[in-house]
Amino acid sequence: MAPVADEQRIFVASQWQLMWWRFRKHRVAVASGIVVVGFYLAVLGADFLAYSDPNASEAQRSLMPPQPIHWFDEGRFRPHVYGLKGARDPQTFKRVYRPDPEQKIPIRFFAEGFEYRFLGVIPMTRHLIGVDPGLDAAKTIFLLGTDVQGRDLWSRLMFGTRISLTIGLLGVTMSLVLGVVLGGLSGFYGGIADTVIQRVIEILRSIPTIPLWMGLAAALPRDWTILQVYFAITIIISLLGWTELARVVRGRFLALREEDFVVSARLVGCSQMRTIFVHMVPSFMSHIIAATTLALPAMIISETALSFLGLGLRPPAISWGVLLQQAQNVQTVAISPWLMLPAVPVIVAVMAFNFLGDGLRDAADPYGR
Amino acid sequence: MLAYIGRRAVLAIFTVWAISVLAFAIIQLPPGDYVTSYIAQMASMGSVVTDEEAQSLRIQYGLGQPIYVQYFKWVKLIAWGNFGMSMEWRRPVTEVIGERLWLTIVVSVAALILTWALALPIGIYSAVRQYSVGDYLATFVGFIGLAVPNFLLALVILYLGFVLFNAHIGGLFSPELQDAPWSLARVWDLLKHLPIPALILGLAGTAQQIRIMRANLLDELGKPYVVTARSKGLAEARVIVKYPVRVALNPFASTIGYTLPYIVSGSIIVSLVLGLPTVGPLLLKALIAQDMFLAGTIVLLLGVMTVIGTLVSDILLVWIDPRIRLEDT
Repeated sequence: MAPVADEQRIFVASQWQLMWWRFRKHRVAVASGIVVVGFYLAVLGADFLAYSDPNASEAQRSLMPPQPIHWFDEGRFRPHVYGLKGARDPQTFKRVYRPDPEQKIPIRFFAEGFEYRFLGVIPMTRHLIGVDPGLDAAKTIFLLGTDVQGRDLWSRLMFGTRISLTIGLLGVTMSLVLGVVLGGLSGFYGGIADTVIQRVIEILRSIPTIPLWMGLAAALPRDWTILQVYFAITIIISLLGWTELARVVRGRFLALREEDFVVSARLVGCSQMRTIFVHMVPSFMSHIIAATTLALPAMIISETALSFLGLGLRPPAISWGVLLQQAQNVQTVAISPWLMLPAVPVIVAVMAFNFLGDGLRDAADPYGR
Repeated sequence: MLAYIGRRAVLAIFTVWAISVLAFAIIQLPPGDYVTSYIAQMASMGSVVTDEEAQSLRIQYGLGQPIYVQYFKWVKLIAWGNFGMSMEWRRPVTEVIGERLWLTIVVSVAALILTWALALPIGIYSAVRQYSVGDYLATFVGFIGLAVPNFLLALVILYLGFVLFNAHIGGLFSPELQDAPWSLARVWDLLKHLPIPALILGLAGTAQQIRIMRANLLDELGKPYVVTARSKGLAEARVIVKYPVRVALNPFASTIGYTLPYIVSGSIIVSLVLGLPTVGPLLLKALIAQDMFLAGTIVLLLGVMTVIGTLVSDILLVWIDPRIRLEDT
């Protein structure tokens, strides 16, 4: 496009359009955005992507190694995995599994599997992949291997993703409410409210948080249901995570308080609520979104860390942290390194949210720089 | 300057108070009171607590009285150095914690020093040689440092050490010196074991500090005074170190207060993974066994230690930076 036309386009573009253009330029952020969307699609379709019941354990299949998919068989597209042959190691007496190229287990798409409700409503039995149900029980697939109790890691990872990512989202929402209310009070009214809230934030930021979380999480009654623990953990991680959001909101309020459009809104007699929510909040919405995205990784890491220690979610609940519990022992991991795989989504998710947040933060201020 | 330090000190006192309330809350949260569980514990060990003993314990801790009275009684006991008894170990809490607290401090301070020792030169290099291979490498390592939670990093390093070198990297002492009394050999052993935990703990902080230092220095490098210094014919290294680095150092230094709590927090989990004899594993065990006096005391001591560390760093900052020193005196 010619530069003149380009310039004109910018003059008439809306704020959100400008932001979108700005954001699009940030390649890594766009790619990260796609990864994040992918993660949340996996959250929605976890039971479709999984192919076996995440809690079905089988001592016979303990610690089986991952079976990589072979896409072609003698030049034809026929995805299959090799069957595993179990044997005892003559020296250590441990059960070891070796792939057996003779035995090819074909993979079926949209195969029948355990029953579930898609998106929580539609009853379904189809899964993305699976094996023929008629085959003998030993002929199943474990894309990422199995854990100590013989449960399929891939399926567990899918369900873990669901819990870990929603806990982060819920936690950040709660932090957001706290941050916006307290940061707003602080920035809009100033004076004593501001001083008190700022000092509280400073105090909270100078306390090491993990011991505190551990203390609070350990105090949760042991007989609570998964759902109760889930919400309690969400509240605990959000209680200490709101400070950064409050700081951003306060900064924006301070910057906007004296702007012409806010003063004129006040002068024409808008109520305080109207001034705040109709005139001020929309103008820094984008900043809030960016700050929220940047706050999410901390939430995910907190949940993972707590569950990893055994103080967060507890089995039978599945989260990334719960899955990583099995990787606590080096000796176990050295023999079965695939138990460390749940660390991969944690790292990818944290990176993606960080890059996305960075891009959003730059885009939030399309006139800057 | 005194006014600034005074304000910092007041805030530190408030923080300590807030931490003490939270630690007390953690002690109070589980159902049942201390004396009842103490009696049960003693009974299970075969010894009997007489009614008089139980009664005097109840009075000592103000049980049955309003919660704030209990809080004050607890604070009073702590002021006398009495942190209560550990249920699980059946010894005074202070004895159980012992040298673990000092080792926690050693590990945290080592991580802090390493953070600085790495971030400063790398940050300067990244800014001066912007977009060079080294800069990209530093940025990449930095992002890894930020994205990988430190306990996962510890796990990976432990795994690699085990698989590649068949060595167990964890711990702070060699097995033969584990319970030995302090000696020069033991200190040397500790120093040899320190770098890996310090690196794991400091990596996230280092990554952040590199980014801060790089951004600050890049802002300064284009300023006229740098051009002036250069046109005077100063050697390039001298130009950089003498002027812009000193200016860029200030915002860099002021973040130290936020780094310390982060490192102390991290040390808890990393200690568990690496099996370091710090308060981390003790805290987890205490929490799982509901040994609340021990847990509460550890939370309190960690908090107080962090606050003192932050205060010291604030004072150091004032000493380094004349602009803060002269501000509102």
